[in-house]
Amino acid sequence: MKIAVLSGKGGTGKTLVSVNLAAAAKISTYIDCDVEEPNGHLFFKPKDIIEEEISVNIPKVDGNLCSGCRRCVEFCKFNALAYIKDKLIVFEDICHFCGGCILLCPEKALTEKEKVVGRVQKGTSEQVTVYTGILNPGEPSGIPIIKKLLDENEHERDKTVFIDCPPGSACIVMESIKDADYCILVAEPTLFGVHNLNMVYELVKLFNKPFGVVLNKCLDGENPSEKFCLEKNIQILSRIPFDNELGTLNSNAEIAVRKSKRYRMIFYFLLEAVKKEVHHEATSDS
Amino acid sequence: MKIAIPVDEKSLASNVCVSFGRAPYFLIYDTETKESIFLDNGAAASTGGAGIRAAQMIADNKVNILLTPRLGENAADVLKSAEIEIYKTATASAKDNIDAFIAGKLLLLNEIHSGFHGHGGK
Repeated sequence: MKIAVLSGKGGTGKTLVSVNLAAAAKISTYIDCDVEEPNGHLFFKPKDIIEEEISVNIPKVDGNLCSGCRRCVEFCKFNALAYIKDKLIVFEDICHFCGGCILLCPEKALTEKEKVVGRVQKGTSEQVTVYTGILNPGEPSGIPIIKKLLDENEHERDKTVFIDCPPGSACIVMESIKDADYCILVAEPTLFGVHNLNMVYELVKLFNKPFGVVLNKCLDGENPSEKFCLEKNIQILSRIPFDNELGTLNSNAEIAVRKSKRYRMIFYFLLEAVKKEVHHEATSDS
Repeated sequence: MKIAIPVDEKSLASNVCVSFGRAPYFLIYDTETKESIFLDNGAAASTGGAGIRAAQMIADNKVNILLTPRLGENAADVLKSAEIEIYKTATASAKDNIDAFIAGKLLLLNEIHSGFHGHGGK
């Protein structure tokens, strides 16, 4: 069972929810796909870390073979190639490693060259297996790292996997939720929060994923995100209070489930609610 | 000698555009024929690497001199490979900047920024 946790912007509580759910599930896998600034490891403090570098293939030009036809320059959507004074220039930092230029080159002047874009760490925290994807600063895309993180877990299908997604609803989030069985959308109780919730709501609908919402930072009074859920008939899975105790635990990089009885219960109930939903989906599909 | 300037409008009286790669048009002025043409900048709407593509177009038009308020490092790499000299514009119209350049009043652009978009810059 793969559960993806996402939100339309950063700081909403994706890491709070996914880390605590993984801890509440006890034997589970936590995958930090927020490769631009992974922070789940700050809470789990994983041990016995194994690290692997992740590379992509970018084009390398053989100037003796290049005929100057410029097909590659015209093809590249990211403008990573320029042809100046009978010489092809490759801008490695701009290249999104689609490989199109290499395929197109009629002279076979372009070949693949490996470039390290980041790394993947695997460690353990109690009985939780913790994966962290780390993209090197300045790299244009974290997708190769996310692919690696999610492929790694294919052989552990029996375990409950929690995917901590990057913020937003762009390609990198689509890659993260692609194989998820269920999506948890985390929302803040503001109008801005509703706007961001709507972005991920539209994404999960587009991907035809079963989903529910966790309302985070709940205060007394009106909650625009709750209103949005009621209007759209979206399942509300849990309400997490805007609370000093939780804030303190979080800012000390503690996992609330492992420190507080109250939060152990809140996340345990959330986990049960999600399991029930996934089970329900599985039976209604068959 | 051909001079290029990023401009906001297709007019000699236009302001110089604050961006090189995302300028809507380029003015190309030929000092010998005193003719000016305006090129649409196809790179303006690029998702990335606009400076590279704009610089490629400038080089393809056999420009010798670029007058611009600022320039990213990738575009600068392309222009330097094409041996195009880059001068910094003053706050005035495109025409005034051409006149100032011909009168030897513009300085070489020596601050190259590292790009704005999280890619291409270090």
